[in-house]
Amino acid sequence: MTTMSSAEHTRRDFLYIATGAVGAVGAAAVTWPLISQMNPDASTVAAGAPIEVDLAPVAEGQVIKVFWRGKPIFINHRSKKEIDDARNVNVGSLPDPEPDQQRVKSGKDEWLVLIGICTHLGCIPIAHQGSYNGYFCPCHGSVYDTSGRIRSGPAPTNLPLPPYEFVSDTKIRIG
Amino acid sequence: MSGHSTYQPQSAFMKWMERRLPIASLVHSSFVVYPTPRNLNYWWTFGAILSVMLVAQLVTGIVLVMHYTPHETMAFNSVEHLMRDVNYGWLIRYLHSNGAAMFFLAAYVHMFRGMYYGSYKEPREVLWILGVIIYVLMMATGFMGYVLPWGQMSFWAATVITNLFSAIPLVGEAVVTWLWGGYSVSNPTLQRFFSLHYLLPFAIVGVVVLHVWALHVVGQNNPTGVEPKSDKDMVPFTPHATVKDSFMMAVFLILYAWFVFYLPNYLGHADNYIQANPAVTPAHIVPEWYYLPFYAILRAIPDKLMGVVALFASILILAFLPWLDTSKVKSARYRPLYRQFFWIFVAVCVGLGWLGAKPAEGGYVLAARVLTFYYFAHFLIVLPLLGFFEKTKPLPNSISESVLGERSKA
Ligand code: HEM
Ligand code: FES
Repeated sequence: MTTMSSAEHTRRDFLYIATGAVGAVGAAAVTWPLISQMNPDASTVAAGAPIEVDLAPVAEGQVIKVFWRGKPIFINHRSKKEIDDARNVNVGSLPDPEPDQQRVKSGKDEWLVLIGICTHLGCIPIAHQGSYNGYFCPCHGSVYDTSGRIRSGPAPTNLPLPPYEFVSDTKIRIG
Repeated sequence: MSGHSTYQPQSAFMKWMERRLPIASLVHSSFVVYPTPRNLNYWWTFGAILSVMLVAQLVTGIVLVMHYTPHETMAFNSVEHLMRDVNYGWLIRYLHSNGAAMFFLAAYVHMFRGMYYGSYKEPREVLWILGVIIYVLMMATGFMGYVLPWGQMSFWAATVITNLFSAIPLVGEAVVTWLWGGYSVSNPTLQRFFSLHYLLPFAIVGVVVLHVWALHVVGQNNPTGVEPKSDKDMVPFTPHATVKDSFMMAVFLILYAWFVFYLPNYLGHADNYIQANPAVTPAHIVPEWYYLPFYAILRAIPDKLMGVVALFASILILAFLPWLDTSKVKSARYRPLYRQFFWIFVAVCVGLGWLGAKPAEGGYVLAARVLTFYYFAHFLIVLPLLGFFEKTKPLPNSISESVLGERSKA
């Protein structure tokens, strides 16, 4: 038997490293599809396309619920009192400070459009309830005001706003 | 004491087999002549009970799948069809849903037994940690199973629990979308939960094998916590442990049958007989009883992220128990102070469970905060300090001495 020369060592080492490197790339390339297949599929993404909602039939004080991307959207036709309640607060004292004006489209102060999902753990708040007469979440007691801002309870942030715009005076497009 | 097989194959076939796959002698050495401490009490029968419950869940589950349809439009109706039309379908389903509860009941007894007698201490740390892993897998399995009937509680439990991950900073929302396979809990979520609910019990079987293997390496603990010293401390598994396990199993199965036949829906929630409705959250959502203490901890913390952290920490802290308890003495029998703190801890866990079912308001929240603090203090303050300050009682020299007293010397 001949003793191994150092040259042989290096060649074998090279093979080990090269094989290992190709194997690692291969493993990553196989893992990615396995992870990615769990994300929303093409039909779910397509079903997330924008929707249009006609506001004309929504009476003052009424809240309607529509679905966009599987999420409930609250469209609230606020009364004068609800708007005033939302504006007569010291914004700095809120848990998630945000003036009401920033949460509606200017000139459309009566229309509040929210994603109706509690920012705590995802339950659906009930409209016109809770100590601020805005929304109350039955799951762990988060209370939102007439601007959908968090006032008390475990939810960390205000109810989010979906992307939307007015396409006419009485029609919005969500998404 | 070694438990080495004394198995002698009799028939020509078994002799032939023994030289090729010595499975008969493995069973013989593990479950027949295997030496067990002679002083084991009934609290040691719950390991066998757990094994039986696992098999019961596997058998009933596989039968359920023959009638169940994992689809958002059909799942609820397929379960109702099973309940009303399939021969004995109601029985299979009640066995499975109540079986999960009994499985957890047995696991809790088993775990508290380990805590009382110090079974997690040297050299049983790995055995204990494997147990914690089984427990976590059980929680995941039970949760995903509960989603399958696609009732209101199923749907909202899935929503709230998956949303726990939205508390992760920065990537939380992306993780939750990935878990759902959509923008909310929906059909893809149900289908992947079904796949995993079928898979995880078999993963549990795998970890149980490791758990029993580790057990057979280090041997069983016993009520004195004194390691066996001679053959006099031991008795063979069969008939001693076999008959004790079988007797307690029968008692346990009577309790199980009582729930299945007389109170099949007592542990469930009426709202789960209403089909999932993504537009309406039920007024009062609570998890199954076996998750309630952790639910109380989640809600006790006023901050979303910290609540989720506390929830997971309260489970994972169990894995560190072998190192948090600094006392050299294992069994609470010889630890007068620990014995009191142990029962306080049990009461705190039960108290948290009770609070978890109450609405999160007023005095309940305050009480949950106090008990949550105590839960962690037990592990992080009481147990580390007790080891230094407690004056333990003298240990018996051996198991046989503790059982037979002076007679053992004769
Ligand atoms: C670790 C063992 C298991 C636990 C703790 C467990 C737990 C559960 C729970 C709590 C439910 C909800 C019951 C209800 O409210 O109706 C459930 C449902 C279900 N499980 Fe399991 N399960 C286990 C093993 C299995 C296995 C091995 C299978 C299949 C191979 C299976 C198949 C099903 C099916 C099809 C359902 C839906 C039908 C129904 O809701 O009754 N399970 N499981
Ligand atoms: S989900 Fe609304 S308060 Fe927890």
